[in-house]
Amino acid sequence: MNALFYLLAAITIGGGLASVLLKHLVHCALATTVAFAGLALLFLQLDAQFTGFAQILVYIGAVAILIVFAILLTRGADLPKDGVFSRTWFVGLVIAAGIFAVLAWAVLESVRALPQHNAVPAVTVRDIGNALVGRYVLPLEIVALLLTAATIGAVIVAMHEKERPKP
Amino acid sequence: MATSPLFTHFDQIFILLRNWLVGFLPAALRPAAGVVLGVITIVCLFPGLFALTTVFERKGLGRIQNRLGPNRVGPFGFFQPVADGIKSLTKEDIVPFSANAVVHFLAPLSLVVAVFMEFAVLPMGRNMVLVDLNAGLLFFFSMSASTELSVFMAGWSSRNKYSLLGAMRAVAQMISYEVVLLLSSVSVVMIAGSLSLPKIVAAQDSYTGIFPHWYIFTPWGLAGFVMYAIAATAETNRSPFDLPEGESELVAGYHTEYSGFKFALFFLGEYLAMFAISGLGTTLFLGGWSAPFSFLTFVPSWIWFFSKVMLSIFVFIWMRGTLPRLRQDQLMNFAWKFVLPFTLLNLFVTALWRFMGEGWMRWVVCTVILVAAYVLMGRLSMRNEHFGPRRYRYAE
Amino acid sequence: MTTPLAGYLLVAALLFAIGIAGALVRRNAILVLIGIELMLNAANLNLIAFWRYGPHPELLTGMMFAIFSIAVAAAEAAVGLGLVISIHRHTNTTDLDKMNRMKG
Repeated sequence: MNALFYLLAAITIGGGLASVLLKHLVHCALATTVAFAGLALLFLQLDAQFTGFAQILVYIGAVAILIVFAILLTRGADLPKDGVFSRTWFVGLVIAAGIFAVLAWAVLESVRALPQHNAVPAVTVRDIGNALVGRYVLPLEIVALLLTAATIGAVIVAMHEKERPKP
Repeated sequence: MATSPLFTHFDQIFILLRNWLVGFLPAALRPAAGVVLGVITIVCLFPGLFALTTVFERKGLGRIQNRLGPNRVGPFGFFQPVADGIKSLTKEDIVPFSANAVVHFLAPLSLVVAVFMEFAVLPMGRNMVLVDLNAGLLFFFSMSASTELSVFMAGWSSRNKYSLLGAMRAVAQMISYEVVLLLSSVSVVMIAGSLSLPKIVAAQDSYTGIFPHWYIFTPWGLAGFVMYAIAATAETNRSPFDLPEGESELVAGYHTEYSGFKFALFFLGEYLAMFAISGLGTTLFLGGWSAPFSFLTFVPSWIWFFSKVMLSIFVFIWMRGTLPRLRQDQLMNFAWKFVLPFTLLNLFVTALWRFMGEGWMRWVVCTVILVAAYVLMGRLSMRNEHFGPRRYRYAE
Repeated sequence: MTTPLAGYLLVAALLFAIGIAGALVRRNAILVLIGIELMLNAANLNLIAFWRYGPHPELLTGMMFAIFSIAVAAAEAAVGLGLVISIHRHTNTTDLDKMNRMKG
């Protein structure tokens, strides 16, 4: 339904805007969570149930909490004295606007050539499982290796250094 | 299995009632109206059960601690929840001056909403699931993960050291045990072949002789159930894992600064989470709505489901009254160094079970592996503890 | 009436632009990471939209790509935030305007 799409798009874009414009970091993190939730609902509207639930589980259940913990551990709750925007904020804004202009032009130019709509794909979790260990087994194993490396790396990077014994 | 029409009618009585009520509406509105009726039932039934559970808990804890529980309001104190409800609703709603008002307000709401969503996929009886999602188990765990953020929001927005500390501890604990919860459920999914909860129950709904095919009666199922129970107790912040809200430690943890109705919402959220996780444990390991013996199948399926859930709640209350609290580092150590490796081993043993084929061999092999691993890991993790006669030091 | 594919693509493009603006405009290092997460999410939305409206959705290509992208993004967020915490411990700041030297 069109109205539902506009609502979900508004929630997502609103959350995204709030997360880059608000002053207090924890508010930004919570606005990002709202954006993630809006995106999960958009995935559900696109009949990608597994991806939608995985988005909630991974992003809201883990990445958002990670961001919040990092904010608290780096005392980001104190507001910086020189304001929250960097000295070169205008250049950043121009670049972002330029990127959006290019992407939007590409989409609107090719509106006629885009596929219109399909029947609802009958995708079960069993198909996803079969695909993961069938056609996509190499990416699966590589991602497993990458996650292991990331876990070990994150722990080592953020670990307290042991006190070196004074000679 | 009794197939008399009377049994079928009594078993499906709620479905028949819903179909009759919905039949008054035009055909286009019927599916939506059916779902709305189901939602209304869940929203009225589980808080009612919550009220009953609070009084059971207080009287149960009282009896374990050799005292009577509340016994003034109503016969044997069973109207205590009414008194508690009136008190919560009429208490003044205090918001601290420097607290972040919007987040402070939204935290209990988002907790209760996420927890209520978990009930949508639980099969409470034959054909009695609100939504039969293909990835139902994943949906349940996503909603469970969303509650962690609400806990953090509550603790941070109160601008109180104790709240923040309690919230951090609660979130760390919930994240660690979430992994254990997920991995112990994956063994069940492996054997049942589906993430859809009604299908998992249907896979357990058969009998050999009079004994049921519940997953708890297999070696990997028993180990999985024990670890699921430990993880469930930790997820819902119940004793012996209730350091985040222990009254003697942290005032009241992340709900220190909440009063009146919002505190009641947190309380409701905690108990509803307990119901939901017990419901999921029943579905995964205890056979959901199926009867324990094949000659008892004449009893309606929803009675079995709710009896098993209430039994789990009773075990929760029993553990709360009996076991001492674990310290935060002991709790995290336990999760990452003992339970998680054991869960991974259980996954391997489940795969072994599946591919070994029927027969007595697989029982013996799986049991031996699990018992040997348990004893070995137990010995390993306790090698630095020196147990001996207790030595007393007296103040001089 | 179903939403056209262009609608989803425009939302994804807007979210991507917001993410890149957040990464370039703000001072705090953690907000850069939030911007990166928003960009990855916008790309996921694009992938799923094309999967849904594309010619062969039963091949699951778009969905698989999105699932792997979610996993990799989570891992990258973990490592990135670990780095931010480590830098904060060393220099006691997360202000990117002040981190303009390699020394120290």
